[in-house]
Amino acid sequence: MENVLNLFHGFSVILSWYNLGMMAVGLILGVLVGVLPGLGGPNGVAILLPLTFTMSPTSAIVMLSCIYWGSLFAGAITSILFNIPGESHSVATTFDGYPMAQQGRAGEALTASFTGSFFGALFSVLMITFLAPLVANFALHFGPPEFFAVYFLTFASFIGTGKDPFKTVIALMLGFGLAQIGMDNVSGTLRLTFGWSELLRGVDFLVVVIGLFGVAEILVSMEEGLKFEGVRAKMNVTVVWQTWKKLPKYWLTLLSGAIIGAWMGFKPGGATAASFMSYGLAKRFSKNGDKFGTGELEGVLAPETAAHGSGCAALLPMMALGIPGSATAAVLLGGLMIWGLQPGPLLFVEQKDFVWGLIASMYLSNVVGLVIVLSTVPLFAAILRIPFSIIAPVIVVVCAVGAYTVNNAMFNIWVMLLFGVVGYVFKKLDYPLAPLILALVLGDATEVSFRQAILGSQGALSIFFSNWLVSAMMIAGLLLAFWPAISLSWGKFRQVLAK
Amino acid sequence: MEQNQMQERPRSGWLTYQAAEAIVAVAIFLVGVVMIVDSFRIGMGWAPEGPQAGYFPFRTGAIICISSVVVFLRAFFGKNRNHKLFVSWGSFKQVLCVLIPAFLYVLVTQFIGIYVASALFIGGFMRTMAKFSWLKIILVSIGITAVLFYMFEVQFMVPLPKGPLESLFGY
Repeated sequence: MENVLNLFHGFSVILSWYNLGMMAVGLILGVLVGVLPGLGGPNGVAILLPLTFTMSPTSAIVMLSCIYWGSLFAGAITSILFNIPGESHSVATTFDGYPMAQQGRAGEALTASFTGSFFGALFSVLMITFLAPLVANFALHFGPPEFFAVYFLTFASFIGTGKDPFKTVIALMLGFGLAQIGMDNVSGTLRLTFGWSELLRGVDFLVVVIGLFGVAEILVSMEEGLKFEGVRAKMNVTVVWQTWKKLPKYWLTLLSGAIIGAWMGFKPGGATAASFMSYGLAKRFSKNGDKFGTGELEGVLAPETAAHGSGCAALLPMMALGIPGSATAAVLLGGLMIWGLQPGPLLFVEQKDFVWGLIASMYLSNVVGLVIVLSTVPLFAAILRIPFSIIAPVIVVVCAVGAYTVNNAMFNIWVMLLFGVVGYVFKKLDYPLAPLILALVLGDATEVSFRQAILGSQGALSIFFSNWLVSAMMIAGLLLAFWPAISLSWGKFRQVLAK
Repeated sequence: MEQNQMQERPRSGWLTYQAAEAIVAVAIFLVGVVMIVDSFRIGMGWAPEGPQAGYFPFRTGAIICISSVVVFLRAFFGKNRNHKLFVSWGSFKQVLCVLIPAFLYVLVTQFIGIYVASALFIGGFMRTMAKFSWLKIILVSIGITAVLFYMFEVQFMVPLPKGPLESLFGY
C-alpha cells in the first residue's frame, strides 16, 4: 500500500508541462536514435547527457529514460520494414517481422510489436513498483563486502552467460583498467596517467560509449555497404484496431514474453537473450510453430515483448542496488553520479521524489510512447530513406559534439575516435562491448568496496565468506565465473563415465 | 578439410581472422603489461593503511595478460581456427573513406572550430561519396551546422570549439 501512495506521489512530481514536454522530446529523440544506424540507446543517452547537467535530476532522468524507451520501441521499425535489426535484441523480430512486411502486413507487424513492447514494459514496471523498494530495503544492510559480492556476481554472470569467456574477461578487465586511469579515489595517487595532464581527470565513460557504439557502428555499416531498401508501411486506425482485436488470442505468448523479459532484465545483457528465448518458447508451444519464420504474428509479438520488458526491468537493479542491467542503464547510472546522486539502496530513502518520479514516468511514458510510435512510423521510416552519405557524416559530427561537451575537451574527441576504431575491431572479433561499459561505470565503486572490505579484515579474503549472504553471493559468482570451465569438464567426465 | 581451408585462404596474403585475432591479442597483452608496470611503480602490495593504489590495477593487468595469451594461442592452435578474410580490401576502403576524413575533421576542428569543420566534413563527404549537386551540399551542410550552432550556442549555452570565422561574428 505504501508503494501505491509513493507512486501517486511520483505522479504528482512528474505531472508538470515541463516534465511532460521532456518526456515527449525524449521519446521522439529515442525513436530517432533507435532508427538511425550508428546511434542507439546507449550512445543516444550518452550524447544528450551533457545537455542535462543543469536540469533538475528528475526532469533529466525522465527525458533520458524516455530516450531509452523510444529506442527500444524503434528497434522493431528497422527490423520489420528494412530487415535490419537496429540493435541485437531486435534480431529475433526480423525472423517473422520482415516476411510479414513483404506480404503487405507491415502495419499489422508494427502494431503487434509496439503493443507487445508496451505490454512487456508495463509488466516490468509493475514488478519494479512492488519489488524494487523491497530489494533496496534489503540492500540497506549491505556493507562493503556484500556490495563487492554483488558487483562480483554481476561481472561473473557476464562470463557465465557470454559466448567467449576469455574475451568477456578481457572486455571486463579493460573496462576496469579504463576506470583506473586518473586519480585514485582512496589514496589520491595518480594511476596510468604517464605524466599526461589530459589523463588526470580519467577517461570519461560517456566518451567511450560514444566511440564504441556510435563511431564504430558507422564504420561497420560502411564496411557492409549499407543500403536501406525498405518496405512501405500502411498505418491507420483500422489496421491498429484489427490487430488489437487479434491480440487477446495470444495472451499466453504475451505473458510468457513479459515474464521472460522481467526475469532476464535483472541480469546484465539480458534483452538479447530474452528476445531469443521468448521467440523459441513461442515457437515451441504455438499451434502454428512450424509456420514461424514465414510471417506469424506471434513471432513478432514474442521477442518484442521480452526485449522491451527486459530493457525496462534493467532499471530495477540500477535503482535498487546501483547496478545497471543493460548498457543503456549503465549510462543512466553514470548520469545519476553526474547529477550528484549517490546510486545504491539509499536512493529509495533519500531521493524519494527522484525514484518515484522515475517509476511514475515509466508508466506514463510507455503509454505516450505507444501512441507516438503508432502515429509516426511513416515519418521515421522516411528518415531511413535519407542517403547514407548524408547520415554517416552527420552522425560522426553529432558524436564529436557529444564527446566534446562531456567536459569541454578537445582531447575527448580524439579518445572517441580511438574507441571508434577499437569498437570496430572488437565487434568484428566478437569481443563483447556491454561488459566493458559496465566495468568502466562500476569500476571505481567495485574497487572502493573491495578495498574497504579487505581493510576491515586486515587483508584476509575470508571477509568475503564471513556470513551466509555474502558467502552465497560469492559462491554463486565463482560458479558463474568458472561455469564455462565447469560445464566443459563435466561433459568430459560424462564421456569418460560412458566409456 | 585441410585442403578446403587452404582454398579459402586469400591469395594476396591480406589479413585473415586468425591474424587479426593474434594482433589484437598482442595489443591487449601490451596494455596488460603497461598496467602491471605502472602498478609496480605506485606499489601493488599491502601497506599499513591497506591495499596500495596499484593493488587492483596490478591484478587487473595480470588477468588481461593471461586471457590475451589464451586468445592468442587459441587463434593458432584452437579447434576453430578461422582462415577467412577479416575484411576485404574493397570494404576496408569504405571504412577508410569514413575514418580518414573523420581524422582530418577532428584535426581541423582544433584550428577552425567545430562548426566550419563540420560543414566542410559533411559537404565533402556528400560530394565524394554520392556526387550530390553543389546546391544540395551547401543547403544540407550549412543547414545542419546552423541548427547545431543555434542549439548549443544560443539555446543550451554550451560553448563548442570555435575558430576565426565565429570570432568575426563576435562569438
